[in-house]
Amino acid sequence: MRSDYLISAEKLTLAYGENKVIISADFEIKPGDFVCVVGANGSGKSTLIKAILGFIKPKSGKIRYATGFSKTEIGYLPQESKIDPNFPATVYEIVLSGTLGQLGLKPFYRPENRTRALEALKSLHIEKLKSKSFGDLSGGQKQKVLLSRALSATSRLLILDEPSNNLDHASRREFYEILKNLNRSGLTIIMITHDLDADDLIGDKILALENGKVSSFSTVDFLRSFK
Amino acid sequence: MNALVEMFSYSFMIRALVVGVLISVVSALVGVSLVFRRNSMIGDGLSHTAFGAFAVATALGFAPLWFALPVVVLVSFLVLKLSKNRKIGGDAAIALLSASSLAVGTLAISVVKGVNIDLNSYLFGSILSVGWSDVWLSLVLAVIVIILYILAYHRIFAITFDEEFARSVGVKTGVYDMIFSAICSIVVVLGMRLLGALLISSLIIFPALIAMNFAKSFKKVVFLSAVISVITFTLGLIASYLLATPTGATVVLVNLLALCAVKLIRLMTSHMI
Repeated sequence: MRSDYLISAEKLTLAYGENKVIISADFEIKPGDFVCVVGANGSGKSTLIKAILGFIKPKSGKIRYATGFSKTEIGYLPQESKIDPNFPATVYEIVLSGTLGQLGLKPFYRPENRTRALEALKSLHIEKLKSKSFGDLSGGQKQKVLLSRALSATSRLLILDEPSNNLDHASRREFYEILKNLNRSGLTIIMITHDLDADDLIGDKILALENGKVSSFSTVDFLRSFK
Repeated sequence: MNALVEMFSYSFMIRALVVGVLISVVSALVGVSLVFRRNSMIGDGLSHTAFGAFAVATALGFAPLWFALPVVVLVSFLVLKLSKNRKIGGDAAIALLSASSLAVGTLAISVVKGVNIDLNSYLFGSILSVGWSDVWLSLVLAVIVIILYILAYHRIFAITFDEEFARSVGVKTGVYDMIFSAICSIVVVLGMRLLGALLISSLIIFPALIAMNFAKSFKKVVFLSAVISVITFTLGLIASYLLATPTGATVVLVNLLALCAVKLIRLMTSHMI
């Protein structure tokens, strides 16, 4: 049977111990979707993402992936606050680490890994930063490097956890333009956004969470029609 | 020069130098990741556990090294498990086990009569306690760790920089955590006889802290950290011989001086620019 979804959640319940964070969620994300996941603090946005990434097992229900799609093919961009801004690493070291999922059990990178990392840098026009230290970059550049790393991990699904948190207005606009272009080129994107400002709702679908439940899953145009 | 020749004419000094250099390299490799992942205190916690295990082994008449090794490795796994418990957390888990181990060790020493235990050599180290078995064990450990480190380098980098991302691309972070804990435990147990339970964690922390002031890539930090660790240990050992001071304390102070000097130079150069 052919599946037309990339990710599908069926009656998905996620919990830490007995504390249920996501309750009986149903949704389907199709190839090419750009989904913004919104909701207040504690609504379960990050927990849902962790379950899609395979970090948390469902308490009940299921997450299904399209046939032939593996969790390790997801390009993930975690919250920037979880990364040491002065970590001593070059941009190339960081972006190359995005290809680790393609190494299997091999210990060392192969030429194809290096090619892919360079392509990811070029796709965001930051190949000149290759030898720079991560700590010497601006906030916007750092975020592009982490996005490059995620791109070197995937060509199918990108998951971003509040990527615009520490960006100024101009950098945020630029970053969103990059995401829109990536989506236009066929990449599926799931982005958590805390800010409900219209500028941040750049996807074509909104998955809204409220008290652990999916309160709505509809197109942005549909939501805007109520304004 | 004559003093140096005289110093290395003693076989116990040669043993101390070999074990110290090997432990320095291994602890520096592990230390870089522990420091950047904010897990530096695990070395301190495990050294207290090693003290407890050594004391219990001596009191019960077991071979201290072979008793302490598995005990400390197992405790390090327990720390890992507890630190993932959302109600306890890593720092509390380390504090809990470190205080408990010290208490067990102290009780073991006080309860058992007729056993002569040199508490000072456990707490502050003694180069006389380093035997040939330590030399061979350190050599085997160092070779294994260096080979493992080279093979796992790219994954270690990914975990150290961003554990969540590493997990997302399929790196078994839990397995690497266990390997790191086991290596850290072995470093602590072997190094503790030389530097002492209270000072061994310095070998894990100081070289990484000094190296990160110079290098801008992870590879260079790791390499430099190992070089700095060997140099500061060797200088500390020589200074302790020449000044007739305790080895562990002298090595720690050499590391501290090096760190202060590096920070001062960086401060002065940043003001000059």
